Amino acid sequence: MLVIRRDLVDAMVAHARRDHPDEACGVVAGPEGSDRPERMIEMINAERSPTFYRFDSTEQLQVWRAMDAADEEPVVIYHSHTATEAYPSRTDVSYASEPNAHYVLVSTRDPHEYELRSYRIVDGVVTEEPVEVVESYMFAHTGGDDIPDLG
Amino acid sequence: MAVNVSIPTILRSHTDGQKSVQADGGTVAEVINDLDSRHSGLKDRLVKDGGLHRFVNVYVNDEDVRFVGGLDATVTDGDSLTILPAVAGGMR
Repeated sequence: MLVIRRDLVDAMVAHARRDHPDEACGVVAGPEGSDRPERMIEMINAERSPTFYRFDSTEQLQVWRAMDAADEEPVVIYHSHTATEAYPSRTDVSYASEPNAHYVLVSTRDPHEYELRSYRIVDGVVTEEPVEVVESYMFAHTGGDDIPDLG
Repeated sequence: MAVNVSIPTILRSHTDGQKSVQADGGTVAEVINDLDSRHSGLKDRLVKDGGLHRFVNVYVNDEDVRFVGGLDATVTDGDSLTILPAVAGGMR
């Protein structure tokens, strides 16, 4: 199950809407091993395409180094589908290589209602998981409550 | 030519869980061959059909090697080589 703060969901959807009809992509970093998404980073879609996305490799190196230095990991890796449902494509599955990440898809094909779903993708196997949107992690079933929420 | 190689989570099964390992070589290809001799199976995850696998990014210091000669990119003593999974996908 993905437990995620509402402001992060809103920010991912806003990013997807803003870049529509191109696919938007990014990560939400969190403390290593916490499974708690905290810091959203909008990434450049180097493809600038309505059917494909790829993190800009140079930007990705900077972002991954910053996470490493802060003992963070990519808890969520998100991207949008702009004309199809929020389900991982064959391409999504072939590239999925962060076994600890929640792969979040946002569909913006409907201009009024978004669809947001989350998956684990491990060794080519896709497993959908429930998404619990919370106002704060203090009362959610996540790991430690020692770090106060920013949102 | 000793370089420090940083290994992404997905490949740490080849390095007994280590985040970074040492390797030798004057080019990216030589470093990968040396890595594979110490950590069997890594080369297959990084190289395909004589080129860099499309699922990975390899950097020498801050430079994506795809922009500086690919597997032939030069590596010198003290450089750091970083391997990251390419993050990509899309509707098709």
